[in-house]
Amino acid sequence: VSTMAIVGIGIHPFGRFDSTAQQMALSAIGDALADAGVRWADIEVAVGGSLDGGQADVMVGALGPTGIPFINVLNGCATGAASLITARNMITAGMGDLGLVVGFDKHPRGAFAATDVTTWGVGSWYGEIGMFLNPQFFGLKAQRYLHDHRIPVETLAVVAEKAFANGELNPNAWRRKPLARQEIATSRLINDPLRQYMICSPSEGAVALVVCRAEVADRYSDNPIYLRAAELASRKDGSFELFQTSLPSELPPTPSELASQRAYAAAGIGPGDIDVWQLQDTESGAEVMHMAEVGLCEHGAQTGLIAAGATSITGASPVNTDGGLLANGEPVGASGLRMVYEVCTQLRGAAGPRQVASPRTGFTHVYGAPGISACTILAKDPA
Amino acid sequence: VNGLTARISECGTRPGLVGAADVRGAIVGLNPIAENLFCETDDGVHLIGGRCSDCARVTFPARTRCGHCYGTSIVDELLPRRGTVWTWTTQSFLPKAPYAGPETEDDFAGFVVGYVDLPGACRVQARLDVPVDKAAQRAAIGTEMESVAIEFNVDEEGRPIHVYAFRPVTPAATHQEAHQ
Repeated sequence: VSTMAIVGIGIHPFGRFDSTAQQMALSAIGDALADAGVRWADIEVAVGGSLDGGQADVMVGALGPTGIPFINVLNGCATGAASLITARNMITAGMGDLGLVVGFDKHPRGAFAATDVTTWGVGSWYGEIGMFLNPQFFGLKAQRYLHDHRIPVETLAVVAEKAFANGELNPNAWRRKPLARQEIATSRLINDPLRQYMICSPSEGAVALVVCRAEVADRYSDNPIYLRAAELASRKDGSFELFQTSLPSELPPTPSELASQRAYAAAGIGPGDIDVWQLQDTESGAEVMHMAEVGLCEHGAQTGLIAAGATSITGASPVNTDGGLLANGEPVGASGLRMVYEVCTQLRGAAGPRQVASPRTGFTHVYGAPGISACTILAKDPA
Repeated sequence: VNGLTARISECGTRPGLVGAADVRGAIVGLNPIAENLFCETDDGVHLIGGRCSDCARVTFPARTRCGHCYGTSIVDELLPRRGTVWTWTTQSFLPKAPYAGPETEDDFAGFVVGYVDLPGACRVQARLDVPVDKAAQRAAIGTEMESVAIEFNVDEEGRPIHVYAFRPVTPAATHQEAHQ
């Protein structure tokens, strides 16, 4: 049975803006509070996170310092999920009934970089010789995956084509111009087999959610969305992740497999019960691989499913209905909560031209360095 | 401690080579980018890994604690020189700092990286010493490669800085290209 519900949602569009990350977050918070019909002064607990946008609790200055417990969370790409988990635990522990969760970010242009790679567990030589690069890892993983499961490179272009088509339907997306499959397939090669339009970029944006103890959800909303599971997994020894100088010949389950299996167990449902999916598509290959890692399909089945449109908005298993990371970019602190926002919008039936037919359950998944994943399961029903 | 001794005895500078070219193409005055990554013996350049005495898990570079069984008895080991490409990719844009290669935006030609499966040891991440535009042929999954040291850049005193890399063992791939 769900212990927490989402009763208010707010988003600042993703892209590039003149505003600061916290200004975007304050805009999203205002929208979420209004959506739930509550005031900031009603909020009893708060959790927030941002990689480059500063400490979330700084914003109490602008919101009005009320003295509530406000916890800052930073867990890379899983920051949003970690914030949700923290809020749920605070509410379950009795610290308050009504909470706010916020994620926001604003990154410099270009690929993510680290000035001191030793903070990521590798020697400085690793960065010096040019191996400390996120898309390089995804190229390496996708190359092997396509080989193992006989997936044609064209599938990667189809995934990106879908992302930009969905982005066109999402007023909050960054990339709203559809791109033809051929244009994607012939764009500049970045990390073979990944090309320019198959890889997401760091961007800016913010998402806020008003959450509450499940039992009181009806006080705030006619259509509360229940958090049925929120699970985070770090990696097992020998996992094929970013920044691994060596690997064993037998690979353990991936963090995405671990987190998704825990989420299904916690929610008491399986992948066959999910109506809409948001999966980490840092690049096209990631969406393909993650489809199987979270149990949407068997390894190798992606080629047929994607070619037949099963993952498009009108398909049987819609994936990344808001355009995903490819169309929204990745503001690290906000990215995971964007997925939750999109699932809530879909479950409310408020997604307009990108609405999936009558979904009752949704799944979100993030993956990132140094080998972490977090999954949530959201539903219209508390159990 | 034993591992360190083994490393020194196996990888010490060979006096006979100083100032002389070696028929095997040995590099005189190997100047690795970092310590304890690779060294040169009579049969060529080896990566230095660590094997857990308790569970036999091998990692590169050596760790002080085994991630598999949490044992702390890790013995340094010269990894096999030969293995096969497990996966590969290209690096087509000039990486930001802390990348320390000599290239500029104007002359950056890209490079190839991959994991090479070293039998009985582990898969190691490495540069693959093949041209970017020939990577799909010469670094294809399954290609047999061997460890080498390549000149990466020069230090402040003008001495070459070496990094480890893997290079195709036979020119078979080149042969194939010729017939395409």
